[in-house]
Amino acid sequence: MSGYIIRRLLYALPILIGVNLITFVLFFVVNSPDDMARMQLGDKRITEEAVSAWKADHGYDRPLLYNAEAEGTAKLTDTIFFQKSVKLFAFDFGSSDSGRDIGYDISQRMWPSLAIALPVLLVGLAINISYALMIVFFRATYIDVGSVVLLVAMMSISGLFYIIGGQFLVGKLLHLVPISGYDTGLDAAKFLVLPVIVGVVGGIGTGTRLYRTFFLEEANRDYVRTARAKGLRERTVLSRHVLRNALIPILTGVVAVLPLLFMGALITESFFGVPGLGSYTIDAINRQDFAIVRAMVFLGSVLYILGLILTDISYTMVDPRVRLS
Amino acid sequence: MPVILATDALIFLVVAVALGYGAYAAQHEHLRAPWRRVARSPVAVATLVVIAFYVVIGLLDSMHFHPRIEPMATAEAPPEPPVLPIDADDQTGTASTRAKYSTQVLSLLDVILSDLRERQEKTFSAPFATHLFVKEPMEQPDGSILRGYPPLEHGGTHLADPSRRGFDIAVRTLLGVIKGLLLWMALTAALVWLVAHARGQHYDAAARTMWRGRTDVPWRVALITLAVMLCTSFAAAELAAGYHILGTDKVGEDVFYQSLKSIRTGLVIGTLTTLVMLPAAVILGIMAGYFRGLTDDMIQYLYTTLNSIPGVLLIAAAILMLQVYMTNNAEAFASLVERADLRLLFLCIILGVTSWTGLCRLLRGESLKLREQDYVQAALSLGVGHGTIIARHILPNVLHIVMITVVLDFSGLVLAEAVLSYVNIGVDPTMNSWGNMINGARLELAREPIVWWSLAAAFLFMFTLVLAANLLADVVRDAFDPRLARVG
Repeated sequence: MSGYIIRRLLYALPILIGVNLITFVLFFVVNSPDDMARMQLGDKRITEEAVSAWKADHGYDRPLLYNAEAEGTAKLTDTIFFQKSVKLFAFDFGSSDSGRDIGYDISQRMWPSLAIALPVLLVGLAINISYALMIVFFRATYIDVGSVVLLVAMMSISGLFYIIGGQFLVGKLLHLVPISGYDTGLDAAKFLVLPVIVGVVGGIGTGTRLYRTFFLEEANRDYVRTARAKGLRERTVLSRHVLRNALIPILTGVVAVLPLLFMGALITESFFGVPGLGSYTIDAINRQDFAIVRAMVFLGSVLYILGLILTDISYTMVDPRVRLS
Repeated sequence: MPVILATDALIFLVVAVALGYGAYAAQHEHLRAPWRRVARSPVAVATLVVIAFYVVIGLLDSMHFHPRIEPMATAEAPPEPPVLPIDADDQTGTASTRAKYSTQVLSLLDVILSDLRERQEKTFSAPFATHLFVKEPMEQPDGSILRGYPPLEHGGTHLADPSRRGFDIAVRTLLGVIKGLLLWMALTAALVWLVAHARGQHYDAAARTMWRGRTDVPWRVALITLAVMLCTSFAAAELAAGYHILGTDKVGEDVFYQSLKSIRTGLVIGTLTTLVMLPAAVILGIMAGYFRGLTDDMIQYLYTTLNSIPGVLLIAAAILMLQVYMTNNAEAFASLVERADLRLLFLCIILGVTSWTGLCRLLRGESLKLREQDYVQAALSLGVGHGTIIARHILPNVLHIVMITVVLDFSGLVLAEAVLSYVNIGVDPTMNSWGNMINGARLELAREPIVWWSLAAAFLFMFTLVLAANLLADVVRDAFDPRLARVG
């Protein structure tokens, strides 16, 4: 087991290098360090000296990928790519182009993101599973047909509509909670209610429909027929047999996204003004702050790969037939 | 003078591919059978009718041309004052008389809707309104200035008495419905004749079987949907001639016109993205599964790497890059329309790059299984080349996966466009799209009373298309999935 995990982590290294290279190339193909300096200094008419000074300050005064003037290994190490990207592997994100410590910002902004993403996941899971189970209990009736139509309709509504509609209905018409904003400590709760509700409602369509197919697949298996033949009540069959077995794909699906919860929801956070990692990323994109974008891409990739590994491990834990090789 | 934008060319390519596939599938029973199952589902038939309306509008909007400028030599007829709409699509060169053709790029849809396009108001007005939504100082006949709601320049001006607006709306709706029904009856008669001809039945008998729903293809559902769509369209057209039926936006542009123009953007994103990603996904996926070994490792590495970059960030980086490139090379683009079009195409490509990995992985898994099949092994031992085996044995057996993915992805992509435009990494801000409409209308919700119509119109049009696509996707998936294959 531990050997497998170590091997998987080693496999992750070339992928992360690839990710870094792609982001690096994408960003620097047209956006030269000079452009960045001008953008950050924020003035059309600036002297060459100011640009050079900014580049020297932020470490952008080296060649991009290959330093022909340096000696030995420094040919590769004394470059922007190496200096800026390799430190990421030690989770040393450095400082952003506007001078703030990215690592500190991330550790601060992680919690609001998590405070929204975790309740959305848990409440959503509970609602989706119980709703899907109910549909399966009433399968092949009008409740089933009606629910499926409702779910498809809910899926077809743009996520933006849920956010705007939720803000309008709950925040503006009913005046129950503030429309957007954030606070520290327990006071944050009243700001979190709306994003969480919107997140859960927006996910019901896709989630419940997926879980319904999981349940239906299990409900047609032989062991379920056996359970019914034994004379068990439908309720017992569903909760004791179908639910438990269908939880395997559901849980492994959840495990895969678990690490990514830290990344936050981009759109929700910026709509509700939550200072999480999602809005952090969007702000960085708009300000063209490459250091932050690079850090977030790297973090996202690490968490994604972590999710893949966790999925594999959770498979072996819930299903003893699966062996890691 | 026709203009073919990059996306236009690709749209025609999609249409050609679809027609080619249709002709090919019609001759092969194993491809025809699933489509026959689709055609027998009432839901699928109804959604196909709805989607057909969208597609026709999208295609009309894809035929662009430079309008001809009439020579002003005729002495007796005073030249029409050049219309300079503030339309984002337009170029300032409209009034130029040097060339025979205007530099403005119009589409056939623009010509059909030229009334809507040219009837600009000053600013916001509610649906069916006769007056502006905001108060403005107005000069009274006696010279005094009064703040009030000025009447619209175009909406409801045909009314002699504004209080009879409700009656006028009812009459126009009725007229539209009647026109729609007349056309529907003509189409129905033609269809019944065709069906009667095909079944060798008498006309009345064919009509009766169709009406009782006893045909294989649920014609009754199709015809009812068609009737609803035709009546709605004609009523809307009839009303739109006199009113702004969905109101006007901040710069006074008709929201109904914007919604119709946005259809093309939505369809382009939904179809071209899959078209762009298909070749890469199919070729690489099959190669990885078929050749295994080093090829497999390389391809797996490629898609795992691309997949681990958060999609939004990849799109954002690419779009930022494009923006910088376009500002640096502004002279390379003949017009704003071309520029916006290129950005749309680029967005499709980058969306394709972020979304091809799923299909690629599926195809790899399927090819891994297929290459161990007896017929593939037999072909190999008979000395058949790899290329032939892939083309003859592997590709036809994974086509259903491709088909299902294409249909399933469509609705997600249409929805994604709206979200991306909100983060400003979507289509060009000057291009009509539902995302841009939502983005523009979002801030107006804070007004009191609120401006809801732009938002509602965008959501309504988007919802109809996405719902139809989702319902169709379900049927297509069930029809093509071999695990669910039934006899007949």
